[in-house]
Amino acid sequence: MVTHSNTRRIEISPVTRVEGHGKVTIHLDEANRVTEARLHIVEFRGFERFIQGRPYWEMPVAVQRLCGICPVSHHLCAAKAIDHIVGGAKLTPTAEKMRRLMHYGQMFQSHCLHFFHLASPDLLFGFDSDPATRNVIGIIGADRDLAYQAIMMRKYGQEIIKATAGKKIHGTGAIPGGINKNLSIAERDALLVDVEKMKKWSRDAVELARKYTLTNMELVKTFASHESNYLSIIRRDGAMDFYDGGLRAIDAGGGTIFDHVPNPEYLGVIREGVRNWSYMKVPFIRSLGEERGWYRVGPLARVNTCDFIDTPEAEAARKDFKALTNGRPNHMTMAFHWARMIEVLHSIEMIERLLGDPDLQGTDLVVTGERAREGVGVIEAPRGTLFHHYRVGDDDLVTMCNLIVSTTSNNEGMNRSVRRVAEDCISGQPTITEGMLNRIEVAIRAYDPCLSCATHALGKMPLIAEIMGPDGNLIDRKVREP
Amino acid sequence: MSETVSFTIDGKRLTARAGQTILAAAEASGVYIPRLCHKDGLNPVGGCRVCTVRVNGRPASACTQPVSAGIVVDNDTDELRSWRRQIVEMLFVEGNHFCMFCEKSGNCELQALAYRLGITAPRYPYLWPKRDVDASHPDIILDRNRCILCGRCERTSRDLDGKSVFGFIERGIHKTLAVNAEARLGDTGLDLTDQAVNACPVGAILKKRTAYRTPVGQRQFDREPIGTGVETRASLTVRGGEPGGGKPVQGEAR
Repeated sequence: MVTHSNTRRIEISPVTRVEGHGKVTIHLDEANRVTEARLHIVEFRGFERFIQGRPYWEMPVAVQRLCGICPVSHHLCAAKAIDHIVGGAKLTPTAEKMRRLMHYGQMFQSHCLHFFHLASPDLLFGFDSDPATRNVIGIIGADRDLAYQAIMMRKYGQEIIKATAGKKIHGTGAIPGGINKNLSIAERDALLVDVEKMKKWSRDAVELARKYTLTNMELVKTFASHESNYLSIIRRDGAMDFYDGGLRAIDAGGGTIFDHVPNPEYLGVIREGVRNWSYMKVPFIRSLGEERGWYRVGPLARVNTCDFIDTPEAEAARKDFKALTNGRPNHMTMAFHWARMIEVLHSIEMIERLLGDPDLQGTDLVVTGERAREGVGVIEAPRGTLFHHYRVGDDDLVTMCNLIVSTTSNNEGMNRSVRRVAEDCISGQPTITEGMLNRIEVAIRAYDPCLSCATHALGKMPLIAEIMGPDGNLIDRKVREP
Repeated sequence: MSETVSFTIDGKRLTARAGQTILAAAEASGVYIPRLCHKDGLNPVGGCRVCTVRVNGRPASACTQPVSAGIVVDNDTDELRSWRRQIVEMLFVEGNHFCMFCEKSGNCELQALAYRLGITAPRYPYLWPKRDVDASHPDIILDRNRCILCGRCERTSRDLDGKSVFGFIERGIHKTLAVNAEARLGDTGLDLTDQAVNACPVGAILKKRTAYRTPVGQRQFDREPIGTGVETRASLTVRGGEPGGGKPVQGEAR
């Protein structure tokens, strides 16, 4: 276990209350000073390889199996890439709006799941609270109404996905060049029933995250935080857009690195680096190089990069958020949560707008045109910018696939956050407490990471911390059953 | 009028035309016998054995065995259901069947039978064979990963299309669906309009670029689980015929 002769190593494996499977290692010297802290992604999936040789039309349905929490992101991103293969990138209004509705539904449910079910116990009970109740069951015990809202909000998002994709998880709605169904009047009316309630609860959620941030400003300002570049897609007019747009990257001061880069040209601005201790790559902005070019994605990045949000309540919330940093990019890692709830509010406002649009009852569902051999799709998944890139042979079989998932983009950012927490909270301490180790996990949870782009049974993974002596002997081992 | 004979199936007394198979006679009377290799309009071969019933105590394939007067047929018994489950489970582990993203999902007879038989996971180890995908035809794809060797394509092509596009090579576990060409499907005379293209019960032979067009919930077996159509129609006919039975009510299966 120990790799350095005079250090000891703490391992948090697996990291709990995140989506996917990761571990953290912290190396300490004899004075308990942190010499190294890393987040390792220990799963290997291999999707890019094993979908080679499969027909291109399977991609939206097959590749979404990467994840059980936000499969819609992969479903739609693959569909957007494959739209180019069939010459159907310019969708009919019904198809595009159905896909958007599906996407806002998933953004809504996934953000709610992450904030309420996974992250909120840390915020509401404190980082050092009893791990036995620092979970969603604890929330149910402490605040029944909040727990009920969380569950019903997630359900609402899932119902939207079902109405647009046929199933709540792993549906088939998006097909090459369009969508396979419209929204019936009955489906629309069923969704309209609860929309006002969802808006109210979304407002409350923004307020909860805002209040947490402002009340704990001393902590939030520094906890797990660091300056970084940010990346997202952006609408032509600079509005936040989860479904479509060119690539925009800004630096730590808010300056533009590149803007409105067409999706197929992503390799001109982004490169992928590798590390010998993780299966996860480290993408970086090409013009800045591997050292300085790493960037963050996700809710914080999107609120930082966009010029405005195209719905009134979320835009007001965004202005409030931006006022905290005088309009400059916000680098506080814990502010991810506040940004995430602003996006929840934006999503429900968009859902309401779309449900009132008669285009959703249209019958023109699919367009195809000139066949191409290559397609790139980029979308904003709940966790951040997601890239799907396929090449297809004349026989319709996929010959190449490249996926850059959101958490991959956040790899360096998460590692820096882990290191910062290790240095601030663990380094030099005489004893290592469970609460200190939980702080590491709190930092990871802020990113909303989908560590393997795969879902795991919630609450079944124990946290194991092993402390090794300088001679390599195990001197302490703590197992926490969640 | 042809001669009729009577027989019993699961204790129920039925009549059949002389020479009619047990499977056809049962179906005409609203008794569904599961099957995979048999398809209406094709000569039966009794290959998959999913339709195995007991005739006077002796196992026989219902798709090939003609009815004879007074036979006693067992169909829906624990033993036969168990045998059928095992056959279907073996078909699942012998091939590479990934229902979760297969475009035939919801329209697949193998999947539908697995649901009907209550299979949640196979008891046998997966063999994960290495099989190839032949996408050489411009409009039709042949994915051997999903082939269950039922031969419906072969018989349809030969007997109904008059073409002999398909055939089998090798034996036993190595048996493989082959095409009548030097190399690949694209070199055969198979046309998109051939009946053989629609003969496959699983997702081995498919029209290209048509996948997932039908939303989940509206696919063939979403609307009507396999076998229930036979049973429902019979039930409605009987109801309508009963004194005071009233009009048949759609979907009200008994």
